[in-house]
Amino acid sequence: MKCQKCEKPATFHITDLTGDELLALHLCPDCAKEYLQTEDSEEPTAPTMTGMLNQQLKLEQTAEDLKALDARKCPICGISFYEFRHAGRLGCPHDYVFFGDELDPLLVNVHGESKHTGKEPKRGVRDAESQTELIRLRREMREVIEQEDYERATELRDQIRTIEGEGQSDR
Amino acid sequence: MLIDDMASRCGEWLRGSGPESDIVMSSRIRLARNLADYPFIQRCTDIDRANIESTVRERLERSESLKDLTFINVADLELIDRQFLVERQLISREHANSDGARAVAIDSNERCSLMVNEEDHLRIQVMKSGFDLEGAWKQIDSLDDSIEEQLTYAFNPNLGYLTACPTNVGTGMRVSVLVHLPALVITKQIEKVFRSLQRINLVVRGLYGEGSQAMGDFYQVSNQVTLGKTEAELVQQVGDVVPVVIDYERKARDFLINEQQNDLFDRVSRAYGTLQNARQISSEETMFLLSRVRMGINLGLIGDLEIPKINQLFIHTQPAHLQKLYQSTLDTDERNVERAKYLKGQLKLSREGDPDQN
Repeated sequence: MKCQKCEKPATFHITDLTGDELLALHLCPDCAKEYLQTEDSEEPTAPTMTGMLNQQLKLEQTAEDLKALDARKCPICGISFYEFRHAGRLGCPHDYVFFGDELDPLLVNVHGESKHTGKEPKRGVRDAESQTELIRLRREMREVIEQEDYERATELRDQIRTIEGEGQSDR
Repeated sequence: MLIDDMASRCGEWLRGSGPESDIVMSSRIRLARNLADYPFIQRCTDIDRANIESTVRERLERSESLKDLTFINVADLELIDRQFLVERQLISREHANSDGARAVAIDSNERCSLMVNEEDHLRIQVMKSGFDLEGAWKQIDSLDDSIEEQLTYAFNPNLGYLTACPTNVGTGMRVSVLVHLPALVITKQIEKVFRSLQRINLVVRGLYGEGSQAMGDFYQVSNQVTLGKTEAELVQQVGDVVPVVIDYERKARDFLINEQQNDLFDRVSRAYGTLQNARQISSEETMFLLSRVRMGINLGLIGDLEIPKINQLFIHTQPAHLQKLYQSTLDTDERNVERAKYLKGQLKLSREGDPDQN
């Protein structure tokens, strides 16, 4: 018989009576040790999200890949991957797309699923791109004002107003 | 001012009624939502935060179905008023202690609260007294619809509602039930119950959320996962397990009554005695003793007190509430003296008010 958690032969046969239902387990010595240790520990703490992410990256990336990945910045909000994985908070809705390759396995780790099946906004999914574009335009406007490029700032202001106006008209 | 009006009342979750209210204090659901056209809070400038706050307020104030909500500017509140809202579970500790433009909108029954600029732009919450998750879901679902008529949420068809932390993405929903489990604590079975809950992906926290200590034997049971399940499935996941926890607690209470009656009576009577006679008492000790008295009432060991009264004492003896009632700031030692006075007075009143008292 093979271990239920890996491919090694199962030599430990455990019957767990502590849960709601009787649980029969067939494990190799290593997996059995791990299982029994987590059973006995006083306070089993759930792994943190950043902990999960770091482990996932360690397994999949070389140090150099990781360095390059850390330096990647979202074109919309400007957050770097490094900033995200340290703070554990994303910078804007577009990060879910921009860092999708790294986030998707994390989401499966955390939730066991990767597809939303619940409620949707009643008005239907609106033009997400133009909304995201607003985030970028406002950020750019702040930058050009700091650089005292008022001509560009005026252009940006008009673009922002146009998109905001479209959002208002279909309410 | 609104907050001072609130101080003398109890709020929805302490009403002490509703299904299974001897063990379940309240049922609560929260939804995390973000506006599509702003960065998440961490990347917001001060101007962004102020704009989010004013946009949300303006849009929601023009909605007919949201007329009952009153906006409170949390950034302008004194520390004690922010603490007061935390004690009432209307804002989170993080929301109270953070910086920058932020607000909360509350309805007159204190059933709904809407935090603006917490970890997400919007944290919508509905509370019900007792075990009533279905009712809470119905209410928050329609509240969410009314808000969404006014604002464009960050939403992606594959990932659902987009949140600042990937652990909330999808439904953005947390379903929590606040349970009172003194007998499982006394019989030392509580850890075992927690472990079995964790194994089925549920989280157990103390009264005031993440990282808070379990005060007065109150625990919150809630879902961990938010993606890949419908809202109804999440309500059911928590809703199915709470009756099992209730059943364990009742069995533990039966055991105490049948096997350790003297010990149990002694614990309850000593707790009641201390609350009536102490000259100074901390908020932790008060919670601990009120918890025992609460169980004593539910088991019929104390005849001259009612659950709503105990719930009132729970909330009014918390530091910010006590100071609101006293209408002055007090340091810890002063609070301990005033708390003991308040308890003594209230318990005397309720005993004298009861004609059956012998």
